Amino acid sequence: MIVFLIKRLANAALVMLVVALMAFMIFRFVGDPVELMVNEQTTQAERDALRSRLGLDQPVMVQYARFVLNAMQGDFGISYRNQQSVMALIAERFPATMELVLLATLISLVVGVPLGVITAIHRGRWFSESLQFLSIIGVSLPSFVIGILLILVFAVSLGWLPAFGRGEVVQLGWWSTGLLTHSGRMAIILPAVALSFYQITLVMRLVRAEMLEVLRSDFVKFARARGVPARLIHYRHALRNCLMPVVTMTAMNIGALIAFALVTETVFQWPGMGLLFIQAVTFADIPVMAAYLVIVSFIFVALNTIVDIAYAIIDPRLRDANG
Amino acid sequence: MSKLRTRLLTGIAAVGLSTVAVSAETIRWGGSTDLNSLDPYSYGSTFTLSFLNHVYEGLVRYDADLEIEPALAESWEIISDSVWRFHLREGVTFHNGADFTAEDVLASLTRVSHEDSPLRGNLPAYVSAEVVDDYTIDINLNGAYPLLLNDLTNIFIFDADWLRDNGAELPTDVAAGVEGYATFNANGTGPFVIEERVPDSRTEMVVNPGWWDTPVHNVSRIEFTPIQSAATRVAALLSGEIDFVEGAPIQDLPRLQAAPNVEVIEGSSLRTIMFGFNRQPNLADGRENPFNDSRLRWAIAHAIDVALIRDRVMRGSSRVAGTLIAPQIPGYTEELDEPIPFDLERAQELIAEVGAEGLAFELSCAFDLWVNEEEICSAVISMLTRAGLAPALDIAPRAVISPKMTNGQSDMFIFGWANEPMLDSFSILLQAVHSASGNGGVFNWGGWHYPEWDDLIQRAAVELDRDTRLGYQTEVLRQAREEMLFVPLHQQPMAWAVSDRVEYVLQQADNKPRHWLTRMAD
Repeated sequence: MIVFLIKRLANAALVMLVVALMAFMIFRFVGDPVELMVNEQTTQAERDALRSRLGLDQPVMVQYARFVLNAMQGDFGISYRNQQSVMALIAERFPATMELVLLATLISLVVGVPLGVITAIHRGRWFSESLQFLSIIGVSLPSFVIGILLILVFAVSLGWLPAFGRGEVVQLGWWSTGLLTHSGRMAIILPAVALSFYQITLVMRLVRAEMLEVLRSDFVKFARARGVPARLIHYRHALRNCLMPVVTMTAMNIGALIAFALVTETVFQWPGMGLLFIQAVTFADIPVMAAYLVIVSFIFVALNTIVDIAYAIIDPRLRDANG
Repeated sequence: MSKLRTRLLTGIAAVGLSTVAVSAETIRWGGSTDLNSLDPYSYGSTFTLSFLNHVYEGLVRYDADLEIEPALAESWEIISDSVWRFHLREGVTFHNGADFTAEDVLASLTRVSHEDSPLRGNLPAYVSAEVVDDYTIDINLNGAYPLLLNDLTNIFIFDADWLRDNGAELPTDVAAGVEGYATFNANGTGPFVIEERVPDSRTEMVVNPGWWDTPVHNVSRIEFTPIQSAATRVAALLSGEIDFVEGAPIQDLPRLQAAPNVEVIEGSSLRTIMFGFNRQPNLADGRENPFNDSRLRWAIAHAIDVALIRDRVMRGSSRVAGTLIAPQIPGYTEELDEPIPFDLERAQELIAEVGAEGLAFELSCAFDLWVNEEEICSAVISMLTRAGLAPALDIAPRAVISPKMTNGQSDMFIFGWANEPMLDSFSILLQAVHSASGNGGVFNWGGWHYPEWDDLIQRAAVELDRDTRLGYQTEVLRQAREEMLFVPLHQQPMAWAVSDRVEYVLQQADNKPRHWLTRMAD
């Protein structure tokens, strides 16, 4: 197990290095941050001086090497736009995105799993078919359209929920949470729902497919023959077998949700990492972009590793192959 | 919807949704962008400076008619050609209680003119300053410079002791990788005090009861939230969550105007949008440059139907321009503002004369740096194609296209100039019309060089008599129009929207909110 972990950590480090390298190669095309940083009347000579002070006139590999050396010491530099330490910025925004993503995942599981079971059990009935049809909407509508629609209905017309922002947050050490205040709880509902639509559909269809297969298996037949109540068969016995792929997919999709959260954060002005990244791209704020990409790639690798470890714990056959 | 709403409201009450109690004098401002920092000497974003003007002030300021009036300086005189003496206002205190004296002006001017200061170019003529006594200071310039007051409107004054105690005497140098104290903390003399700042989330200001000026506002608190998504901003205004929007999107104006609880304030801003051309001997791809022939530039001017762009692309809200500056800018004359007539036959004639039928070139634009920029450029491409040219649209995000344009690699490019903060046509003449030499032509992207114009502009730079100076400047503008240096398009529209909680807000052509003049409804 230890060897496995060490191999995985080395893997993570390699992935981050490769992502950072590709990021730096792309940065040549994002534009010139100096143009956006200087005042209108700055002379060309002053712009060039600033460019060389920032190290932007160096070749890509030199900039990359400097970035990696600094990053290993935990120094990601200063944001060109905010003039704030990048590490501090990302640490400030990370809780907002994670809360949103975790709540969206929770909603998708709480809503998607029962819906999946229902559509599997009552296959062919009218409400199953219409649920399936509606779920297509969840996948096909872009998340910003869903977000704006929710805002129009719940914030503008009904006035129930706020249209933007995170509400009041409470600082718990390094983490800031909106879940402890009333305005914070109200504010997280719409963005989390908008973000979860896509995931609900995936979970529902996956559970449905798995359930249909499990319902055909022998032990279910025997349980029915034995006279076990249907509710117990479906929710106690059959569902258990379906959950593993669901958990796998959900855990790995948290990474994708962090990516989708970018759009949702822009629509709802949710002060998370995604909004920070979008603003950094618009402003050619290279330190923030580089740090964001490295951190997100780390999250992806970490999630994959946790899923693999969970598998190894659950399924003994995998344990021996790796251990 | 209203019946449903009534029924649901009782449900809401039961659920116990809290309505945040907003006092009558709080204005909730939904901005289209956040401010960069609390330091007014950080890189010069016009919006950041206009926001910080609520907290900090300069020696002079613009009044309701965009004329210069005394602020922290009560009076001034020109002692010799290059020395101006300012008599400062007594009895002014900073937010932390310190007194305002000439030492503070000296420390501020030193900080803004430091070689690392991003705002250094805003005070180009400055050499040094000398404290004469507690309330008198002499500013030494590098020569006669008539526009010092205009520059000083944007140079805000810090407290010298506060700068020293917090290690902020030097400007924040991004390259050094050090955070500056003034980026997150503010101490000014202005009508509002920063209470809280969470970048990209909210900035809150409360009224300064010790402000030196007589308040005409009844705003006691400003809650600023940046809401970058235009649709969300509009939704927040319609739902009553915010009271003031300074960047109402053009396409949503009819919806806002139709809403009963929202009022739209529209106007024409100072910023003029125009098209410029590459004027070097060869284009970026090596071909001989056809834009050096003024007939082709005039042909393009005649081929663009500015009125159609105003009606269809800008939905009637822009002001067609015939010259490079807005009417409020000194140096403007009505005779020069005659819009270029749309004449497709004349354009085709001229193109045939020059032999440029089917000429392939690129028009460089950014997305949304100017209002409806993408749509304007697409429309112009079709108009020029109709006239017989073969233009292609070269469009990219601002960060990508800006370096290309500033390095003179674009064949034809879109250009916007507001003449802020100087509010004088000298601004565009020195920065864009002058050749790229000496202190001028930083924005001369096409590389043009007209020696007679340079001469007139340099004469205006040191001419202290205003009428003579404006005479030189108007003459350059006249010749620039004859040469069709830039093809003028329009002055950009600006649109603010307020909720019914706001009784009065002043919108001036420089598009800067000034909430010390705002009144909330009782």
